[in-house]
Amino acid sequence: MSVYLLRRLIQAVGVVFAMSLIVFIGVFAIGDPVEILISPDADQIERERAIRALGLDLPLWQQYLVFLGKALQGDLGRSFVFNEPALQLILQRMPATLELAFAATIGAIIIGLPLGLYAGLRPDSAGSKVIMAGSILGFSLPTFWVGLMLIMVFAVQLGWLPSTGRGETVEVLGMRWSFLTWNGITHLIMPALNLALFKISLVIRLTRAGVRETMLMDYVKFARAKGLSPFRVTFVHVFKNILIPVVTVTGLEFGSTIAFSVVTESIFAWPGMGKLIIDSINVLDRPVIVAYLMIIVLMFITINLIVDLTYSLLDPRVRLEGK
Amino acid sequence: MSIALETAAATRERVETPFRRFVSEFCESKLALFGLAVFTFIALLAILAPWIAPQNPYDLAVLDIMDGRLEPGSKSGDGTITFWLGTDDQGRDMLSGIMYGLRISLMVGAGSALLACIVGASLGLLAAYAGGKTDSAIMRVVDLQLSFPAILVALMILAFLGKSIANVVIAIVVVEWAYYARTVRGTALVERRREYIEAAQCLALPTRRILFRHLLPNCLPPLIVIGTMQVARAIALEATLSFLGLGVPITEPSLGLLIANGYEYMLSGKYWISFYPGIALLVTIVAINLVGDHLRDVLNPRLKK
Repeated sequence: MSVYLLRRLIQAVGVVFAMSLIVFIGVFAIGDPVEILISPDADQIERERAIRALGLDLPLWQQYLVFLGKALQGDLGRSFVFNEPALQLILQRMPATLELAFAATIGAIIIGLPLGLYAGLRPDSAGSKVIMAGSILGFSLPTFWVGLMLIMVFAVQLGWLPSTGRGETVEVLGMRWSFLTWNGITHLIMPALNLALFKISLVIRLTRAGVRETMLMDYVKFARAKGLSPFRVTFVHVFKNILIPVVTVTGLEFGSTIAFSVVTESIFAWPGMGKLIIDSINVLDRPVIVAYLMIIVLMFITINLIVDLTYSLLDPRVRLEGK
Repeated sequence: MSIALETAAATRERVETPFRRFVSEFCESKLALFGLAVFTFIALLAILAPWIAPQNPYDLAVLDIMDGRLEPGSKSGDGTITFWLGTDDQGRDMLSGIMYGLRISLMVGAGSALLACIVGASLGLLAAYAGGKTDSAIMRVVDLQLSFPAILVALMILAFLGKSIANVVIAIVVVEWAYYARTVRGTALVERRREYIEAAQCLALPTRRILFRHLLPNCLPPLIVIGTMQVARAIALEATLSFLGLGVPITEPSLGLLIANGYEYMLSGKYWISFYPGIALLVTIVAINLVGDHLRDVLNPRLKK
């Protein structure tokens, strides 16, 4: 186990460095940092002084080492627009994004599991055909389009839910949360549903496939033969066994939920880090772009690492395979 | 005598080629045919837009700002055009705008999916055929890429390169090539052990010829399925990026940009500026998916009766 753990950790660190190199080259080598970092009104002498101060006269590999050294100390530069450290700016907005992503994940399970269970238990009924057709739509419709339709119907036509912002927030542990006030919850519903859409379809499909497979198992037949009630067979014997893949996949999907919140946050003006990155790209606020990319890459690698390690704990074959 | 008659009868019957079998199997599904018909209609609308659109939405001379934000069905100020789908804030006919927008959406979607297919399929073939270090190097990159969601990779590239149609195409190609590479490699790994490849190698044919004339045609079925689905994905991704303001420039509005333009008016009840381009986008994507979904059933040998 410790060998596997070590190897997996080294791999993860390797990927982080590779990604930092890609981000660095992308931002600092393809675009001209001089153009962006230095005011166009500056004269020649000022320009050269600024170039030296920023270390832009060094060879690229030395610049990368400087960038890396600072990044390891948590210094990813200052935002040009807000004039605040970029890292701090992103960390401030992270709770809003995390709240949205958690709400979407929980929502996907609450909505997706029962629908998938129904579709799996009665695969030929009209209801399950509607559910499956709906899940295809959930996979293929662009998120932003569904978001617009939600706003059009529930905010503009019916006026039931607010269309933008987070609403009232409550401060807990130094961070602001929406889900603790009624007003905040009404603001949370539509964005969370929008972000959950893809995952609802995924959970439906996984649950349905799992149920159909499990229903054929001998232990289910035995449980029925024993005369257990269908309710007990479904919720104790079948349900427990399909939960494992569903929970794993939803966990794995958490990273991409955070990435896709870029779209949802832009539509619903949710003040999270996704909206920040779009605004930053539009005004070319490079330190914020770099900081965002590095944080999200780190997040992804951590999630993948945790999932892999949990797998290898549950299933020894995974860690033995590489030997 | 009787033998001659039999052969004559056999030639008179239609010879069943794989292509004919494919066509007849595809036609079995009404839903897929419907999808194909809808998609053909949309593609024709897009291609013929300059000739059949009621108005050229980019010709500033025919636009009248007084016609701005008119409801669907209203007539223009000078009474020449009826705006069946309303107008946007510039007084542009939405129907014409959508037809021209479809041109850009379809061009970017199909073009980038095709490019990604060429890049991905070539690398996938190479990985399967060469094996060893080449294979593991290519597949490492594929795995790494697929572990990050499409939108993030696209954002990264557009953040580096800036906005333009060409950069959107690059972003989509970088996002999608890995799917093609993985699919083609999977099929090619099975095919390359077949005898015809061995025979071609014994004839000392050049590697390029073996790859593209012998191996590739036999890997086509899964490639076609993936390709169809990826066109729909590419169109959706382009629309999303344009909606976020990171995609096509404002002078060449695709459907996504049209939707974004109407977004601010939607909250004041002027739904049509966003709604109809959205419907056009939706119908296009669903039509392609209907075709792709059925293609997968037809071309999958495991599902053959």
